[in-house]
Amino acid sequence: MGASAIIFYTFAAIMIVFSFLAVTSQKILRAAVYLLFALGGTAGIYFMVNYFFLAAVQLTVYAGGIVVLIIFSILLTSHIEEKMQKADAWKIILTAIVGLGGVVLSLFVITNHVFIPQANTGVEANMTTIGEKLLGYGAGGYVLPFEVISVLLLAAMIGAIVVAKRNKPEGNG
Amino acid sequence: MVEQVPLNHALIITTLMFFIGVYGFLTRKNLITMLISVEIMLNAVNLNFVFFDNYLFPGKLEGHFFSIFIIAIAAAEAAVAIAIFISLYRNIRSIDVEEANTMKH
Repeated sequence: MGASAIIFYTFAAIMIVFSFLAVTSQKILRAAVYLLFALGGTAGIYFMVNYFFLAAVQLTVYAGGIVVLIIFSILLTSHIEEKMQKADAWKIILTAIVGLGGVVLSLFVITNHVFIPQANTGVEANMTTIGEKLLGYGAGGYVLPFEVISVLLLAAMIGAIVVAKRNKPEGNG
Repeated sequence: MVEQVPLNHALIITTLMFFIGVYGFLTRKNLITMLISVEIMLNAVNLNFVFFDNYLFPGKLEGHFFSIFIIAIAAAEAAVAIAIFISLYRNIRSIDVEEANTMKH
């Protein structure tokens, strides 16, 4: 096993373990920090497949943006020391059965299908290619989803401000 | 592609991560932890896109751009979701799913 394979499986183990801790931890702030590690492991895997721009986006938007947003909202709405109550045992068992069923079904399909990997034809995911594709309107260009996403982000920003804005105090405010 | 790592192993990892997210989404009661589970699921889907793109269709970068757009949508979704949580907390002093039922009846 080569060095890159070892690093890959290490990142994969980090991702799986911290994802599991993030969904099972009884302390909510710890769950957010475990999520940060899981997302960081994902960024490492993006680095390993040579998608540097995607890895940078993952680190800045997910690890830098969303996790900080989640941590802020946790600080605003929860007591740090408070432990969350566990779900009922029957619920945990039923959900575990559903999850394991899904895993078994997916793994059955994945392991029975023969994938034929293709060698890279030399197109690098560098900034020039990415910029030309993102703003390209010919074949293989993504300018329409790019513009739609920009409108969506503006709408989400205004919507978030309107929803979170404090209503005008009525008398006792 | 990563040398000596078959695509099957990569897909097994993303499958596990996705169903960990499903498990968290169904067992958690706090809305923020449910959002964390959704982020884990989205992240697993992103990884899946990247692996298929990188192993089976190298050079086309389709999965790469899908992942970028999914990350942008996830950011918008998290912003709106957290605005809703804060508004909800201001109104009912809780972000528990079982107490968020004022619009139900």
